Amino acid sequence: MLDDMDGDRRGFLKCMAWAGTGALFAFDGGIGSSIGLDAALAAPLKRAAAAPFTFAQISDSHIGFNKPPNADARATFREAIEKVKALPQRPDFVIHTGDVSQLSRDDEFDDADQMLKGLGLPVFFVPGEHDMLDPDGGKAFLNRFGKGSIGAGWYSFDHRGVHFVALVNVADLKPGGMGNLGAAQLAWLKDDLAGRPSSQPIVVFAHIPLWTVYADWGWGTDDAAEALKLLARFGSVTVLNGHIHQITQKIEGRIAFHTARSTAFPQPAPGTAPSPGPLKVPAEQLHSMLGVTDALFVRGRDRIALIDSTLSA
Amino acid sequence: MTRAFKMLTFQAPTLATAGLMLSATAAMTRAAPAPAAASVQIANFTFKTQVLAVKAGTTVTWTNADDIPHTVVSRDGVFKSKVLDTGDKFSFTFAKAGQFGYFCSLHPHMTGTIVVKA
Repeated sequence: MLDDMDGDRRGFLKCMAWAGTGALFAFDGGIGSSIGLDAALAAPLKRAAAAPFTFAQISDSHIGFNKPPNADARATFREAIEKVKALPQRPDFVIHTGDVSQLSRDDEFDDADQMLKGLGLPVFFVPGEHDMLDPDGGKAFLNRFGKGSIGAGWYSFDHRGVHFVALVNVADLKPGGMGNLGAAQLAWLKDDLAGRPSSQPIVVFAHIPLWTVYADWGWGTDDAAEALKLLARFGSVTVLNGHIHQITQKIEGRIAFHTARSTAFPQPAPGTAPSPGPLKVPAEQLHSMLGVTDALFVRGRDRIALIDSTLSA
Repeated sequence: MTRAFKMLTFQAPTLATAGLMLSATAAMTRAAPAPAAASVQIANFTFKTQVLAVKAGTTVTWTNADDIPHTVVSRDGVFKSKVLDTGDKFSFTFAKAGQFGYFCSLHPHMTGTIVVKA
């Protein structure tokens, strides 16, 4: 797989740099795959015919963001939603991996909510750190998007044999640290996974990456290793995150990690800028440089492949 | 945690009209000493002055110069800003000597310290 990645290195690096619109995931028996929404629209999923179901991931909509390189994060979010609606195979549901809002304001949450309702699909959320900024530290988000969740907003559900786990790693962050799950959530996760057959595919989603992408910018989760230990016995685990506004991927054992693009603005690749602040590409480039995510994983002991390429590649 | 420190509000220096008639020396002795002030810029996801030493009674003002919101939160619950969007400021007056570590609760790798000397 490393050879494959190297062979597509140019496209991979290119697509890492720019904001996109979301990713579509398909489960095909034991094989899961994902493809960027633009690619899915341009060329319908070949694997879709046999796929029992698909779901889409949207991330980091930052509704309310209005600075370079994107004067209107609402407009680009609306575009992402339109792309999901136009997919040839209608996803069963959508996950939003956090930073729904820029500043946790009611009007930001409300606009995101109204736009997402236009999908006519169930949407599952986890909060990002931008969604925790109300005076009550996240209650505004939970009241609207976290009904039925536990603690700071974690929960799980099953869909057609796949177990989905929504984790929160943006609450009660510690000075000098990165993302944090906390003891209570880890104890809940242990109970949630107990008794499940190791053959059941697991999809975990959380805002901040559950592996350390770049510690200097806080792009990781301090106690992720404890969660991954609990997941290690499963044959197929896919971890979907946002937060860093670019695609990064890693495979460790049977766990495939993937971060999604933002619908609002790109961020620099790790260490390539003085800070992780918005990458200020000209607005007209933002739309022309949307990329493609094509990730596929194989259950069990088979090798897992996650490959990215750009639309123009 | 006892909140031993209070926010101070600046009072616009007011001089009675009669005060203007006084000699400069007399005015100096009558006016309260100007409150000490210091500032910390927040830029590029860092507190630009990592360790700031001030005298007791100094009001420190943080200003967010980033395009991304930040907060200023004491490690020990002594002070806590609201979310600071671009250009927003937060001030706190350090009345007592001590060492006060703080961080950004959104981006906790951002840390700083105010050292207050008596």
